[in-house]
Amino acid sequence: MNIGDSAIPFNLPNIDGSMVSLEQYADKAGVAVIFSCNHCPYVQAWENRMVAIQADYAERGIQFVAINANDAEKYPADNMEAMQQRAADKAFNFPYLRDDSQEIARAYDAERTPEVFLFDEDRKLVYHGAIDDNYENPDAVEDHYLRAALDAMLGGEQPGTQMTPPVGCSIKWR
Amino acid sequence: MHIDFLYFEDCPSHDVALARLREVLAEEQVTAAITVIKVETEQEAVANRFVGSPTIRIEGEDIDPPPADMPYVLACRAYRRPDDGRITPLPTASVIRKAVRAHKKETSP
Repeated sequence: MNIGDSAIPFNLPNIDGSMVSLEQYADKAGVAVIFSCNHCPYVQAWENRMVAIQADYAERGIQFVAINANDAEKYPADNMEAMQQRAADKAFNFPYLRDDSQEIARAYDAERTPEVFLFDEDRKLVYHGAIDDNYENPDAVEDHYLRAALDAMLGGEQPGTQMTPPVGCSIKWR
Repeated sequence: MHIDFLYFEDCPSHDVALARLREVLAEEQVTAAITVIKVETEQEAVANRFVGSPTIRIEGEDIDPPPADMPYVLACRAYRRPDDGRITPLPTASVIRKAVRAHKKETSP
């Protein structure tokens, strides 16, 4: 997926038993689709920051949607039950969806977890990549890629950095 | 001292972990033979008792021993930072240093 491309619609099961689609966030100023999972230590290192950023930008109309497409048969830590537990443990403030068929992950050309696709109010891709530049230590982050992209987008500008290499575990394909 | 460094290529940053290991060894003035093992299949993961990438063993002992029931998988490994308990995908220099020093004591005359 390239900068400027349109978001690909989805309708996937959420951890609360509901179905969640991209369309239901039509009124949002921006949507960040984040391919994520339970078992990956890169996700675990970043997930508190995902929750914090969603909280900081919720009032400005930003919606995060996390999608787990990992093969849950080979990696049971990524099945729906485990996802529900993780979301409760970490107090996720965004939906956490299961992409069992992996069709959505493939459609987005997602490769890693975590991997962020940020779409503007017209649902055009404005940022793709990592959350920031330091998975090991949030106190040592120098470039807050996602926050900077959100600030630019909400200010009506293109982010200065539109793409960074996603750093994390590979999506576990079937 | 003999060290095994095991990794799964799909996990990024194993090169960072290997560089960190070499840096600690240099700081501790330890000469060690490092065997780098690329784990590529589930069978190799089982054969090597591989619980995730990267795994570092000094004289066969894991620098951060995993729980006994941890499965052997082709996956990235989660470590905990000893200072604040946060999850990190790489062992910290302090964890590596502690293990190196423990084995230095064992092998010193």
